[in-house]
Amino acid sequence: MPLYLNDDQAMLADSARSFMAAEAPPAHLRALRDEGSPDGFSRALWKQFAEMGFTGVLIPEDEGGLGLGHVEAGIILEEIGRNLSPSPFLTTAVAAVEALKLAGGATRQRWFPGVLSGDAVLGLAIDEGPKHRPHRIALKAERSGNGFRLTGEKQFVIQGGSADMLIVAARTAGSPGEEEGLTLFAVDQDAADLSLESARLVDSAMAAHVRFDGVEVDADAVIGEVDQGRAPLAQLFNAGRVGASAELIGVGGGAMDMTVAYLKERKQFGRAIGSFQALQHRAAHLYSELEIARAAVLKAQQLLDAGDTGAELMVSVAKAKAGQAATLAVQEGVQMHGGVGMTDEFDIGLFMKRDRALGEFFGDAAFHANRVAEMQGY
Amino acid sequence: MSDPDGFRAEARAWLEANCPPEMREPMRDESDACWGGRNAVFKNDAQKRWMETMGERGWTVPDWPKEYGGGGLSPAETKALREEMAALGCRNPLSSFGISMLGPALLKYGTEEQKQHYLPQIARGEIRWCQGYSEPGAGSDLAGLQAKAEAVSDPEGGDHWLVNGQKVWTSYADKADWIFCLVRTDLADKHRGISFVLFDMASEGVSTRPILLISGNSPFCETFFDDVKVPKDQVVGEVNRGWDVAKYLLGHEREMISGFGLGGGAPLGEKAAETVGRDAAGRLDDPLLRAEIARFEVDSLAFRAMSERFVDQLKAGQAHPAQPSMMKYYGTELNKRRHELAMAAGGSDALEWESEASRGGAKARAWLRTKANSIEGGTSEIQLNIVAKRILELPDQ
Ligand SMILES: Cc1cc2nc3c(=O)[nH]c(=O)nc-3n(C[C@H](O)[C@H](O)[C@H](O)COP(=O)(O)OP(=O)(O)OC[C@H]3O[C@@H](n4cnc5c(N)ncnc54)[C@H](O)[C@@H]3O)c2cc1C
Repeated sequence: MPLYLNDDQAMLADSARSFMAAEAPPAHLRALRDEGSPDGFSRALWKQFAEMGFTGVLIPEDEGGLGLGHVEAGIILEEIGRNLSPSPFLTTAVAAVEALKLAGGATRQRWFPGVLSGDAVLGLAIDEGPKHRPHRIALKAERSGNGFRLTGEKQFVIQGGSADMLIVAARTAGSPGEEEGLTLFAVDQDAADLSLESARLVDSAMAAHVRFDGVEVDADAVIGEVDQGRAPLAQLFNAGRVGASAELIGVGGGAMDMTVAYLKERKQFGRAIGSFQALQHRAAHLYSELEIARAAVLKAQQLLDAGDTGAELMVSVAKAKAGQAATLAVQEGVQMHGGVGMTDEFDIGLFMKRDRALGEFFGDAAFHANRVAEMQGY
Repeated sequence: MSDPDGFRAEARAWLEANCPPEMREPMRDESDACWGGRNAVFKNDAQKRWMETMGERGWTVPDWPKEYGGGGLSPAETKALREEMAALGCRNPLSSFGISMLGPALLKYGTEEQKQHYLPQIARGEIRWCQGYSEPGAGSDLAGLQAKAEAVSDPEGGDHWLVNGQKVWTSYADKADWIFCLVRTDLADKHRGISFVLFDMASEGVSTRPILLISGNSPFCETFFDDVKVPKDQVVGEVNRGWDVAKYLLGHEREMISGFGLGGGAPLGEKAAETVGRDAAGRLDDPLLRAEIARFEVDSLAFRAMSERFVDQLKAGQAHPAQPSMMKYYGTELNKRRHELAMAAGGSDALEWESEASRGGAKARAWLRTKANSIEGGTSEIQLNIVAKRILELPDQ
């Protein structure tokens, strides 16, 4: 398969690009931030995403979705990144949907229609500490009657406070530190004994700390098999990570475009600052980093779509590389804007904030570089 | 080395007796700094007392001459005092652009009357100064500044300058009492048409508008001058030769800013272990982050040595005049790296922006604030240009 977009994908890119730029540009994020939006995103925009068909991108056609793959989801995410459009797309329509593909028919029928119509928001309750360390999951799910009782805490549950359902990674066997013994559950966010506290993040998104004080769930809340959570979790992570990588490419690309435009426009010493070779070389270097990161992301998406066994390695390469490239883009962006780059009035700082949060989500560049080392066996 | 042992012991005893315990606790953030000034806002009594006690002793500016409010200490004594303050954890009694920027320029270029008048006020923290250098069209190309001062002879009110124009990024202009300001007094000559003037921010025709930073704070302003009258004798150095004063001051500003690179407190890795955890061998439980932090610490400890050496060389007249540019470049890039790593170590906790647990997003806001370090006081690129040209003597493009 050629490593570039085919005609259909290019068309999707065009429509996603014009949609995001028109409906959810950085000014939209600013407005939500300034009004202190409790969701951190607009529910009306989420409905529009559904009307565009975006929310069903990964949902199979026979279940009402578009039945497309990670390349297509990534196309939408890149435009989300470029416009800093706040939405539950990555968590709900990408990561959660992928995990739910391994859920039973009843669970899918319960949640897919809401995702398709842009009514449902699904959260991911996975991290338990400030860093992404999924093998350390300790939240306990014990058998109780016909189902399970969940006890423990989660954090960094993006849009958890706005979610209808949380996908919870819990330990049903073994002990923290072991990769096996996990089970995924679909838990109603308004379940009894589940409490939740939301905090606004640096990028104006909301993230929740969630407490499970013996939350009772039925056996059919299990996604996949008991103790076999690794499979749906891997599916969730692959989708989430490669999706976050695509969004990061958008964030980095958006920051770079703004910066290159500024280099052409801003004059000092009687000439455009972009005429200084010191800045030209750095801009050219940044371009190189982003192009390489973009190739890694597309490769990872294609491998995932093909069900290739090498996909997981490339997913970590993509997340690490896209994270580094986007971080470089926002840092160079602020620096090359000089004083105005430090002002809230200019958008470049918003890109820096988004990059920081997205880089952390699903594991930062160090986490994934380390994972590459592990997968390669050293 | 002439270690003034007698002085050191005496200084320590005096500090122990006079530094309030609250002023020996580490500063939590920028808001703990004491800026003095006509409208000084003190966080507590101890802060006020500490500024005043040190001011009386002349130790807010230990190496300035006594007749101008300083401590009259030798370089060796000054160093000993700083070391003792650090050892006891004494806070800086007075953060001041008067001390770090204007004072040195006045000592070199001011008239005797100007020194007598302004320096003791600076030493005691009575007047808070701001810096009116940058303009919308004149940042890196500072000499391209356009705010102008016209000489007006006024038979009734005395001769004065009439200042018009705009400055931008003026840190704390809305809180400052006076400004040291670069103005154009000759349109024909870019560098030799600039004068360095001082005036009261309460003068008629001065107005400020705060600018919001990405950290969510607004420490700096747009500053406007509309027919501001400035008495003739408030020019420092010769008229049209303000560029020399400006550059000399920038060297001191850059020296001060390079100090951001010193950090302080517990090693970064130790703090990181609180959130990242340790493995069985006690190592930070993230091999890549650990490696990055260790590399950072190598640079940081080496920079610390360089800072000490730089000050020693400077006082002995051995430092290259452009060396502050190297220091400023390195120290600020280092400080940005420190905060990137602190954010990485803090993970999702550090992303919180308003919560109580994050103390109102203290970590993230501090991280964002450091991004200005390599811009304020002249960008990293400009410092590198200066090093390349003036120290390495590389040819122009
Ligand atoms: C937090 C903060 C506080 C400040 N406080 C004050 C203050 O109190 N008073 C005051 O007067 N000013 C202050 N400044 C202003 C500061 O000095 C300027 O922002 C700085 O000099 C850069 O100017 P500029 O913003 O116009 O950027 P520009 O000069 O437009 O620079 C934009 C980019 O171009 C690069 N560039 C420009 N020329 C060259 C070149 N020849 N070669 C290579 N690269 C080049 C720059 O390095 C930068 O990356 C402050 C700035 C900040 C961010």
